[in-house]
Amino acid sequence: MIPELGSAAAIVALALALWGAVAAATGARTGRPALVLSAQHAALGVFVLVTACFALLTYAFLTFDFSVRYVAINTNLGTPFYYRITGVWGALEGSIILWTWMLALYTLIVILRHRESAHELYPWVLTVMLSVMAFFLLVITVAAPPFARLTPVPADGRGLNPLLEDTGMITHPVALYLGFTGVTVPFAFALAALITGRVGDAWITLTRRWSIIAWYFLSLGLLIGGWWSYHVLGWGGYWAWDPVENAAFMPWLTATAFLHSVMVQERRRMLKLWNLWLVILTFGLTLFGTFLTRSGVIASVHAFTQGSIGVFFLSFLALVLLTALALLAWRWDALSAQGELDSVVSRESAFLLNNVLLIAAAFTVFFGTVFPLLSEAVRGVKVSVGAPFFNQVNVPLFLALIFLMGVGPLIAWRRASPDNLRRSFLWPVAVGVAAAALFSALGIRSTLAVLALALTVFVAATIAVDFSRATRARLRMGERLLPAMGGLLRRHNRRYGGFVVHLGILIVTLGVTGSQAWSVQTETTLRRGEAAELAGYRVRFDGLTATEESNHFKVAGAFTVSNGRVLSVLRPAKKFYPQEQSPIAGVDYRLGFGEDVYLVLGDFARDGSEATVKLQVNRLVSWIWIGGAVLTLGALLAILPDRRKPA
Amino acid sequence: MTPGLLRWLIPLSAVPVLALLAYGFRVNPRDIPSPLVGRPASAFALQTLEGAPLALEAQRGKVVVLNFWASWCYPACYEEAPVLERNWRAYRDRGVVVIGVDIQDKLEAAQKFTRDFGLSFPNARDTTGKVSVDYGVYGVPETFFIDRRGRIRAKHVGAVTDEAFRLNVEKLLSETTG
Repeated sequence: MIPELGSAAAIVALALALWGAVAAATGARTGRPALVLSAQHAALGVFVLVTACFALLTYAFLTFDFSVRYVAINTNLGTPFYYRITGVWGALEGSIILWTWMLALYTLIVILRHRESAHELYPWVLTVMLSVMAFFLLVITVAAPPFARLTPVPADGRGLNPLLEDTGMITHPVALYLGFTGVTVPFAFALAALITGRVGDAWITLTRRWSIIAWYFLSLGLLIGGWWSYHVLGWGGYWAWDPVENAAFMPWLTATAFLHSVMVQERRRMLKLWNLWLVILTFGLTLFGTFLTRSGVIASVHAFTQGSIGVFFLSFLALVLLTALALLAWRWDALSAQGELDSVVSRESAFLLNNVLLIAAAFTVFFGTVFPLLSEAVRGVKVSVGAPFFNQVNVPLFLALIFLMGVGPLIAWRRASPDNLRRSFLWPVAVGVAAAALFSALGIRSTLAVLALALTVFVAATIAVDFSRATRARLRMGERLLPAMGGLLRRHNRRYGGFVVHLGILIVTLGVTGSQAWSVQTETTLRRGEAAELAGYRVRFDGLTATEESNHFKVAGAFTVSNGRVLSVLRPAKKFYPQEQSPIAGVDYRLGFGEDVYLVLGDFARDGSEATVKLQVNRLVSWIWIGGAVLTLGALLAILPDRRKPA
Repeated sequence: MTPGLLRWLIPLSAVPVLALLAYGFRVNPRDIPSPLVGRPASAFALQTLEGAPLALEAQRGKVVVLNFWASWCYPACYEEAPVLERNWRAYRDRGVVVIGVDIQDKLEAAQKFTRDFGLSFPNARDTTGKVSVDYGVYGVPETFFIDRRGRIRAKHVGAVTDEAFRLNVEKLLSETTG
């Protein structure tokens, strides 16, 4: 009964979304507000129905309803309560429901916030958002029905992919999907601007906060994905240039470009066409990402699901790209640039360069990801593109981007005077060069590491210079130090929010540089009581224990870690799930600000007399996660309501 | 070309990318040829779900369809179970034997599976996992077609269809032993 209710809710929601999309468009064309109102009600109805779908599927998981195929595949009687909830979006069907639900939620908020303020754009925004929703509801009802039945009903289910039994799995997909679906909002506004011909700044002003929110959740999703990879997959890394990681990284790159290039349009009336194209591209890349993850077209360790769904996504991607780009071509004349670049030494040109670099990075990632497919299509040879390609191309691009991160916010608009350059950059450059000399003197041999660290110091110095200059100006007005700094952050929240986000990125850069340059590892077989040494640590093997968990069998080793004194006992494990061919690693680690001790259990003797262990000392990795926290603060600051304009 | 026409190059630029992605559907990234095809099938002696002995050697001279499955394998194993049963009934009198090997499973769940589908061909349990390792089983279901001389002649990944079953079996039946 419950599953039938769920399927029915999805079908009604699909009908409502289609009706709403058509009604809003017709209402806008014929000037009938009643139709737009009706579309609004339809969107509300869709939200309620999709919420019901989600709740019913969760209920089926909690009650072990194995007559539902999706439940039987993704849970079994041993699955703990917590993972029965996260298991709802552990595979394709449920994750599409989660996705659709978020989209419905965003639509609801857009209605609440913009039904008055968006004027002519509003009905078309509704049309676009409801059309996208209709597509996902079509997937739910036709291509990947989550409530499909299974006969005969099995006695027990297969169980969740063990790699997904992790706390990171509640937050990682949720954050990433909030980012992916969030991009729909600026995309809808951009299309509405193209359809109505109101391609001025209104759509950009209205979607500024939305873009930051979507960008922030994409960033968070990527970072949590890195954390999951680091502490679950057991290879000691956080990023592998896997196609599915790339799928999330590409829209992040183009969204970052967009966040910067809109400022040029706001200030200088330039780049109208470019901004619209960036939003279309970003939205297209989110669809492409889903296509990649869900179609199984490109083999990936991440490809948890696959099926006929790829055809659906590819068709929709084609429809979206061709429609949106055709609209762009149609409005070409209205989009030709009004402003012109006055000087190469100016903020707009720094932003332009930032955009070029980000798009170049996105393109190389795209190229590297689809190259195996391209090679097979053209030469009939299957090849794979590995991390060396991505690193070689992207590391210089990112270093240049970090440099621009220091230049862009401080250099003057239009044409930077020598005085502006001297006041803004004399100190930061001096500090950066000094830092480079210091790092070299300290014995850092890797040129790349010295360069990355010196650039980080340079950018941090520009932020310090700017902030102290503005604070001093306020002190001269008679304010006291702390209120002056607080008022600055609050009043210019957009600017300083951006700075704090930049600081977060710098901290992430520090973590990436440190972990790439200075991490060490060794692999060794130890008899009980024997110890291995690495980077000042002694790791002694104390024995094995075996336990029967609710849904797997676990063999854990006990290793005492000491550096003169005993620090802790780490218990890396191997977990044997009945539904998996090979055991799953259970990593154990001791995190620190300077370095992490990270143990992975390899082969072991059944009697516990000896075990192979991979021992890693990973440097500065914790700063990647700390950088994520700083980035969160910055994004929050940037989306606070504007104080400068009277409310 | 005038700028008026040039602008339509923007939407057209998406076409080659889309075409490449569409091409992706024609290839299967999991389609890895098995090195075992053409080699002698490794021997095994297991017990059926009912506890009777079952050895591959004893089937020499017959065409053997060796199917690896598990009760937790949805939907593929559920789709192919009736196909295997149907074709086993059709071909058993012509010197064809279907052998199921249940891997990484619980005995009760496996017995319920064979009961639910009314499977009448012999099904063995690979309790140690040795047989699935010998055959390089990557995931269930996988099916090996073994000729009368005991050589693996074809491997089918995923649920077996009527067509795949007949095609492979007819080919092996048409060969003369010798």
